[in-house]
Amino acid sequence: MLHELTIHQAASLLRSGEITAVELTEAVLARILAVDNDVKAYLALTPEVALEQAAEADATLADARRAGTLAELPLLTGIPLAIKDVISVEGIPATCGSKILENYLPPYSATAVLKLRAAGAVLLGKTNTDEFAMGSSTENSAYFTTHNPWDLERVPGGSSGGSAAAVAADECLAALGTDTGGSVRQPAALCGVVGLKPTYGRVSRYGLIAYASSLDQIGSLAKDVTDAAILLGAIAGHDPRDSTSVNAPVPDYAAPFQHKPGLSGLRIGVPKEYFVPGMQPEVEAAVRAAIGVMRDLGAEIREVSLPHTDLALPVYYLIAPAEASANLARFDGIRYGLSASGGSLWETYRQTRGQGFGPEVKRRIMLGAYALSAGYYDAYYLKAQQVRTLIKQDFDNVLRDVDVIACPTSPTTAFRIGEKVDDPLSMYLTDIFTLSLNLAGICGLSLPCGFDAAGLPIGLQLIAGPFEEPRLLQAAYAYEQATDWHTRKPKLEAES
Amino acid sequence: MPLTISEVEHIAELAKLSLTDAETALYRDQLSAILDYAAAIQRVDTSAIPPTATVLPLRNVLRADHVTPAMSQEDVLANAPDAVEGCFRVKTILDAG
Repeated sequence: MLHELTIHQAASLLRSGEITAVELTEAVLARILAVDNDVKAYLALTPEVALEQAAEADATLADARRAGTLAELPLLTGIPLAIKDVISVEGIPATCGSKILENYLPPYSATAVLKLRAAGAVLLGKTNTDEFAMGSSTENSAYFTTHNPWDLERVPGGSSGGSAAAVAADECLAALGTDTGGSVRQPAALCGVVGLKPTYGRVSRYGLIAYASSLDQIGSLAKDVTDAAILLGAIAGHDPRDSTSVNAPVPDYAAPFQHKPGLSGLRIGVPKEYFVPGMQPEVEAAVRAAIGVMRDLGAEIREVSLPHTDLALPVYYLIAPAEASANLARFDGIRYGLSASGGSLWETYRQTRGQGFGPEVKRRIMLGAYALSAGYYDAYYLKAQQVRTLIKQDFDNVLRDVDVIACPTSPTTAFRIGEKVDDPLSMYLTDIFTLSLNLAGICGLSLPCGFDAAGLPIGLQLIAGPFEEPRLLQAAYAYEQATDWHTRKPKLEAES
Repeated sequence: MPLTISEVEHIAELAKLSLTDAETALYRDQLSAILDYAAAIQRVDTSAIPPTATVLPLRNVLRADHVTPAMSQEDVLANAPDAVEGCFRVKTILDAG
């Protein structure tokens, strides 16, 4: 079944000539037709564009085969990928899961997308997201909720839930997501795939429609660690069009995997604050078992402490909304998007935004406007930035003594659709283990480490310091190769 | 301390959001609960702690002042709800009266 292939498997079959990119793309499009009525991962599909790009990739492959230069072709040549709908692709609708951008066509592509295209990747379409990436379940999408391929009654996580579900259901080989407080890692955990949130500044944010600019980062959702590494290698690097992108060399992230299988010499820290009362016991058991596997592979395990962990959630929910309230001021009904005409300019603004934004976006804009407003700025926004310093220092201190931190990605497995929609605070708590990392700007990933009694996937989160993605991926790869969680697939009844 | 209805209306006006009465009441309750939770940070002594606005050591990222081709006017206006003579059309911003 071609749609079940990983990037690295498909790349070698494309090179050997056993399959073509058009065949691969057709197989994935057929898979989407068969299962996406149930999963609802995609907001928009672009099959004609995808098949055109696949035909180009086949021509590139044929030329390289004749010239004997196949080894020099990027691994993504002819690989069908999905893009989260907050990332711009020129001429393809980018709704951000919002009614306010229902008819918006980006006039340019994100740098990450241009890099994928330059590498020969095939773009299948845009995946569902919580509105403006604000949410943990895709239930805040203004269009529909994506369903978890492991249990269609449950959420896929969010906000990159469409991308995670598409990868889990084999509706793409891999996908781009974005992670502001866990939006790549948490859905990866809930859907049983690999989700990598790179270091802040590693990947250009140009063309990513901003939510919280000091936290946002584009990341990869993939079927295994090797694919996550390949995708990161393709999108990472300095971009003069994003002043927060860092000019640091981009290593070949997947290259070292075959040379050093074990974990001997690696120091892994286990933060005691990440095993809290109230978390699902099966999640704790699976994560502790995974840490045991890493010990058996030669890692040295140490208990560590990140003492300000319980403050990360309040800090995040002041800083991210404050930045969002400023970023989303651009949606005013004048230059793009929905415009609800009022009697005056001010009334046009109020009506456009009142009608165009959904409840969670309004909630965060108001929270942010309040935290930034006269009389409250010092007590909320400035104070949150100071506590952010303490949270970052916690990681700086611990990552001097250990190489990698291991902990759960999410306190529970996938919850039921509708279970948390009426209680924003309980929804926010689902990100309790992921958002500190964004505040510290460091890198982390989630990979499958087990299943609960209901058959739902559990995620192991690994964290490393700034630009330590090679070490992070190496540790994840060693664990993955010692286990077979990543080879399990959800049973979706394909419609015939 | 819970927010009042008039505080919520003030915040909505700062954010230029028209709200129904039902939304105003709902957000008063929800924002009050979230702010209560966020009050946990007030107990931390941060008198000697500098704020973190960005994790990067970057300041003033500069580039050479070279003119390069930009997006065409047509592309810039392609998504405009209302455009006229190559410009975005907006309502009067100053009251003539």
